[in-house]
Amino acid sequence: MEAIRATFFQECEELLADLETGLLAMEEGQGDSETVNAVFRAVHSVKGGAGAFGLDGLVRFAHVFETTLDGVRNGELEVEASLVALMLRCADRLSDHVSAAKVGESLDPDGDQDLIKQLEAFCVAEEAGEAGELDLPIAFAVVPLSIGDAPEAFTPLVASTEAGPAEWRIEFKPHATLYANANDASVLLRELARLGELRVELNADALPGLDTLDVFGAYLSWTLWLTTEKAEADIRDVFEFVDGDCDLTIRGPGANDTVDIAVTSTPDIGDGDRDLIPASAGPLEGEMSLQDLLAMARGASSDTAEAEAAAESVIATEPRVLKEPSPQVSESANAPSAKSAGKATDVAQPTIRVDLDRVDRLIDLVGELVINQAMLAQQVHEAGLARSGNIALGLDDLEQLTREIQDSVMAIRAQPVKSVFQRMPRLVREVASMTGKSVRLVTEGEGTEVDKTVIERLSEPLTHMIRNAVDHGLESPEARVAAGKPAEGVIRLAALHRSGRIVIEVSDDGKGIDRARVRSIAIERGLIEPDAVLTEEEVDNLIFAPGFSTASAVSDISGRGVGMDVVKRSIQALGGRISITSIPGKGSTFTLSLPLTLAVLDGMVVSVGDHTLVVPITVIVETLQPKPVDVRSLGPHATVLAVRGSHVPLIDVGSAMGFRPDPASGSGVTILVESELGGLAALRVDSIQGQRQVVIKSLEQNYDQVPGIAAATILGDGRVALIVDVDGVIALRRQTATRPTLLDKAS
Amino acid sequence: MSLSPSVDPRELIAFHLGGQEFCVDIRSVLEIRGWAPATAIPQSPSYVKGVINLRGTVLPIVDLGARLGLGPSEPSARHVIIVARISNKTVGLLVEAVSDILTVSDDRIQPTPDVACDTVRSFVKGVIAQDTGMISLIALDGILPETVAEAA
Repeated sequence: MEAIRATFFQECEELLADLETGLLAMEEGQGDSETVNAVFRAVHSVKGGAGAFGLDGLVRFAHVFETTLDGVRNGELEVEASLVALMLRCADRLSDHVSAAKVGESLDPDGDQDLIKQLEAFCVAEEAGEAGELDLPIAFAVVPLSIGDAPEAFTPLVASTEAGPAEWRIEFKPHATLYANANDASVLLRELARLGELRVELNADALPGLDTLDVFGAYLSWTLWLTTEKAEADIRDVFEFVDGDCDLTIRGPGANDTVDIAVTSTPDIGDGDRDLIPASAGPLEGEMSLQDLLAMARGASSDTAEAEAAAESVIATEPRVLKEPSPQVSESANAPSAKSAGKATDVAQPTIRVDLDRVDRLIDLVGELVINQAMLAQQVHEAGLARSGNIALGLDDLEQLTREIQDSVMAIRAQPVKSVFQRMPRLVREVASMTGKSVRLVTEGEGTEVDKTVIERLSEPLTHMIRNAVDHGLESPEARVAAGKPAEGVIRLAALHRSGRIVIEVSDDGKGIDRARVRSIAIERGLIEPDAVLTEEEVDNLIFAPGFSTASAVSDISGRGVGMDVVKRSIQALGGRISITSIPGKGSTFTLSLPLTLAVLDGMVVSVGDHTLVVPITVIVETLQPKPVDVRSLGPHATVLAVRGSHVPLIDVGSAMGFRPDPASGSGVTILVESELGGLAALRVDSIQGQRQVVIKSLEQNYDQVPGIAAATILGDGRVALIVDVDGVIALRRQTATRPTLLDKAS
Repeated sequence: MSLSPSVDPRELIAFHLGGQEFCVDIRSVLEIRGWAPATAIPQSPSYVKGVINLRGTVLPIVDLGARLGLGPSEPSARHVIIVARISNKTVGLLVEAVSDILTVSDDRIQPTPDVACDTVRSFVKGVIAQDTGMISLIALDGILPETVAEAA
């Protein structure tokens, strides 16, 4: 059962990804019937699977979602932007449901109510609207007398939804969870105020005395009167991210109090409303299709009271006219469904699911094979066998084969970056809505493949960068328009392969980096001297400096206490580099360059005494052979190296590691490295053996973490070599005096 | 096989170390291999000889003699490495030579005589009397340093 469950959740992940891809395609207007079918199938399959596992809440929500999609599939519902936006939110919610079910929890069904109602409202509004629209021409044809009446009866609908400001009464009572989720009521109120004229009344009755006050509690509620021309959906959008975290009642202008759309109301509200069918419906008994229509409209407890009213008024005006067109509506709706069901075929490449451990084991073994092959070749060479002989030829073939096997095995772990890119549209939607910005996310090169682990660990820094780009990079729509740019900002997320690495670019077309401000912040934070002369590039890179982003720069969205320095560190931990280019007024581009796999690393093999170490190429800035005069003592133990006018700390790797008691004198080679903390340091080694790709082996697996050592690898001679953790070595140098050395042991 | 675990005969691998004889449970031993030069690990306790490549796995080597307080061994071609599974880690134990495989029932394992030596108390789980002398049964848990911090 557990295995089937695991498979179900695996499939869910894929289905949800398909769902979002499909919806995004629909959003861009590429929603052909195939896409719609795929989206429908995804929700349907999730629902089906969830039913088998008794995930009732998930099934209920998926069912309503599915019904709406069925409407779209059948052509009953028009694919319009607001519907797709709603469905995207439903997809997010569905995905939340699945994640909750995965850990054995279930979401509060109240949280679904709002979305469910909006979905149902769409079905109903569309049906009512269609009925009205379709009727008119026929009314014209069949009963010429109704010409005068019908349009008039229909116009109020348009008028009531579109034109003229209306006063909405909103009751808003946040729950403690709203604040716990880092939302803020004042932000929401401010947001509402942007929609129109807002009157606010605070209800602090529930506020207890200071002695009993729970600081994490929520005691305040507000009654708001909003006069706006906007539709209810726009008002609801403001509260989109606090769904389920508050009691929300929105009362429309014409509507009486019974058409509440309380987020937390019980699902059977529809039944309650049924009793309230106005008396005007009475005379229509016997007209089945109309009755159905009305029953559906009411049963769904639609928030589009005006749509309902319009349907009624059309009926009331010319009841007989509607008798005929209504069946037509349902007929035309059924026809496409039969057609589209027939061509619901998927052309997907066959795949198999393999346990990741098995793949990793295979990768390990192939790594072994490569090392073994190299050792064999070396031994054959040392044995003095003729180069042109059969053995040498066979070895060449073996080498070729092992390379190919290695590439193929690595390709198994490789996955398209799509899986991480796919999470970004949701993020952009959320952040854009919180900041009140209009943002379009453009992704390119989603098919670019990279190691699974890299993908997994890419998600967080990328999320942070995208958040930053929307929050800090892009200007507000007003400022954009004022600057002569389109109101909608564009965030571009692109991936491509470049010289054996994957390059990911995050760019925005915002205002670019405000260098003067960055500079003043850096001076304020003591990162640079006030009179420091920096190039534009150096100023831009200050944003990566630790301590640049601090509490005072924290905003709701980007500021979670982590700055770009954390992003940079996590990218470097992946063996990658990050850089930024920025053009004032035109935008900024962050470029990430990452290794394709974490299983191998480009390293510089160096000797320190009898020991062989590997320094990751990614941290090396340059290698140099310093003149003795450039090495200067500073204090009793420390030495610094003069590099083109500036002094960097010089660290003797041998003594830092405890391989020898004192820094070696005489000549050596120094490797100028960039530490994660941004500073430069010079590592002194005895000699450089060369540069090669090494297979990374864990040291922690059987031993433990070692300060100054990142991992181990196996060299061509079959011996283990340690990979230097540059920052660790720098940290070690500060404490060597208190640490035992290997020489102490021997003595 | 007997159903009662107490009289279940155990198989133990016996080896020499610093003139004494020790043994470990064969179930934790994966393989025995010859000595190969190890790569030293910085900041490690003195009894950790370093790491070797065991078919792609980085295997730490513990000088068991040094660990038991018998003084460091000078590894030679004669020395062997007992590759053992200790909790979830694979570790190589450097010993002088493997002498025998014993089959003993639990009732032949006598409690460790009360000697005032911490090392003995923490590693010797019991002793087995043989015609040729006494063999100490070693508990392998705790052979590896707990944390690097402790080691440093």
